[in-house]
Amino acid sequence: MSTVITLPVLLPMLGAAVTVVFARSPVLQRVVGVVVLAVVAALAGVLLVVADGSGPVVAELGGWAAPVGIALVADRLSALLLLVSTLVTLAVLVYAIDQRIADYGRGTASTTFHPMYLMLSAGVSLAYLTGDLFTLFVAFEVMLTASYVLISRRTTATRVRAGMTYVTVSLMSSLLFLTAIAMVYAATGTVNLADLAGRMDALPAELRTVLGLMLLVVFGIKAAIVPLHFWLPDSYPNAPGPVAALFAGLLTKVGFYAMLRTQTLLFSRDEPWTLMLVLAVATMLIGALGALAQNDLNRLLSFLLVSHIGFMLFGLAVFDAESVGGAALYAAHHITVLATLFLVSGLITRRTGTVALDQMGGLVGTAPGLAVLFVIPALTLAGIPPTAGFVAKLALLEAGVGAGSGPVAVAGVVIVASLLTLVALVRVWVRVFWGEPRPALPDDDPDDEVVVGTAATAAPMYAATAGLVAVSLAISVFAGPLTAMTDRAGVDLLDRGPYRVAVLGDAP
Amino acid sequence: MAEPDRADPDPEQAWDGPRQPWLLNGDCRGPRHRSLLLEITTRAVFPTVLVFSVYLLLVGHYGPGGGFSAGLVAGLAFVLRHIAGGGGDLGSGRAVRPPTVIGAGMAVGVVSALLPLAFGLRVLESAKLGAALPVLGAVEVQTSLFLEVGVYLLIVGVVLELLRSLGSGIERDLEESGERARQ
Repeated sequence: MSTVITLPVLLPMLGAAVTVVFARSPVLQRVVGVVVLAVVAALAGVLLVVADGSGPVVAELGGWAAPVGIALVADRLSALLLLVSTLVTLAVLVYAIDQRIADYGRGTASTTFHPMYLMLSAGVSLAYLTGDLFTLFVAFEVMLTASYVLISRRTTATRVRAGMTYVTVSLMSSLLFLTAIAMVYAATGTVNLADLAGRMDALPAELRTVLGLMLLVVFGIKAAIVPLHFWLPDSYPNAPGPVAALFAGLLTKVGFYAMLRTQTLLFSRDEPWTLMLVLAVATMLIGALGALAQNDLNRLLSFLLVSHIGFMLFGLAVFDAESVGGAALYAAHHITVLATLFLVSGLITRRTGTVALDQMGGLVGTAPGLAVLFVIPALTLAGIPPTAGFVAKLALLEAGVGAGSGPVAVAGVVIVASLLTLVALVRVWVRVFWGEPRPALPDDDPDDEVVVGTAATAAPMYAATAGLVAVSLAISVFAGPLTAMTDRAGVDLLDRGPYRVAVLGDAP
Repeated sequence: MAEPDRADPDPEQAWDGPRQPWLLNGDCRGPRHRSLLLEITTRAVFPTVLVFSVYLLLVGHYGPGGGFSAGLVAGLAFVLRHIAGGGGDLGSGRAVRPPTVIGAGMAVGVVSALLPLAFGLRVLESAKLGAALPVLGAVEVQTSLFLEVGVYLLIVGVVLELLRSLGSGIERDLEESGERARQ
């Protein structure tokens, strides 16, 4: 088992190396990418089953024992998110490959896309699996460096500007992260998360608060929680369709995962976390209200993405086993549904030639299949029963209602934000799918990959999107076992015991 | 639709240009930009620096050095050639596409991380190999050396890629500023 846990990181790296070396063989690049990600998804499934059945899986790299060496840990939370993320990565890769084939022909290879895509996947896997604060930093850097390349390929002036914001903000947060790690190490003498969990409690309360807030800001920037979200609606809509879907699905959730992991493991608390409740309210409302004001489909989705980060923050803020488990389930649901919506937006754009909502119309008649593909994730995001979104939200609300007056008030905001989400998505539905069919807009700039203009869509692009919809439906079908599992994950997270024993042995 | 980024154009063009015994084959440069002294020094120093980088690579496990610093030193040798001979000269750099070097380095690194599994060890675990060689005598090698070789290749590849992508721009800027200065 300890070998299996290293492979989700090593295989994509090997795949990246192979796709760089054989940059002239497009077929090989595609096959390597898809096979590697499929294998990683299968391994993640195995890890999830094992971690749920017999406790966290741990690998000590190079055979060095934990507080000194680097440990990779897969517990229920990380294995679940790894599985969902890899499925999304795989589906988006299939979509991206077929979009490239549709746009440029079968014979085009790329020296950058496939390697960077796989490196990003390796970084995401490492971020989920690492049990070490510094390795977490490395994982973020691998992930972000690959994302810088993916977001700024084939640049135009606007895209350089958007990319600049993204890169600058990310670098800023990395710098803060490194500072925070240095401070944590200075205060405790270790960066191993399991070891830190024990030593943090011994620190003075003020110092713990400072460290906790620093890590909160760092991961808050990456997870786009509200005062720190400004970069996201600016940069994601400027990325090529599949890349935006990948980022929307994964990157913010990796940030949230890191936040969840560090706050539960290092800074345990006994009562709901007021600051986080406030941030959750702000994130939910500002995101949802921002979405209502948008005319650009991708910007609208970006604001909804931000808004729903707030739901997970709510789970973290209540800080009991049930709510933290609910947040984990919500993260899994959020990864699939946002990636799906961005892919659907890509499909819509390729039919209409524009992302402006007021210039589309009547797609329900001309593209009924697309309408179905949009409605299911849209209802899921809004949390209408019996979709996965409802299941996840119910878990959060149930936890919140039982946790005192503050959380109950915020639970009300959750419902309001859900309604606002529904309003925003209904607006999209009315503008895009109802009304008179409009002719597609001509492509102003045929060289531009982002503003695609109308273009052919290949059947696999629909299939990939439908696959993600199926994953999302599977979450609602298997809601019972999944909720039970995330509840156990929540108990583990707050207990901290199983994680520490798995990494450090019985010593602590 | 525009073409996407294809694999690089044929790299062989500049490679089999005329070669002279001592001067670098920077035949694309005007004589105004060439410095005889620098070119000949580079010619002499280049192999030496490369050998030194290999020394750093091998000695890295117990002494100062290692794959990263060795790769940088080797990269500096190529930078020196670039300064002396210009973009047209990086013959030895262009024989292989830099991304291939990067990819090969990564592949070597990942494979060497997985290789211990074949011997019943854990991922990334290293062992000491000893052998008695005819001339050198008893030689001991730590298997983490293979990982270091991967890092070495990766860094050299990155430096070459930087020279290729940014170096030509620097050269163009220099020429433009030089022309402005003369006017």
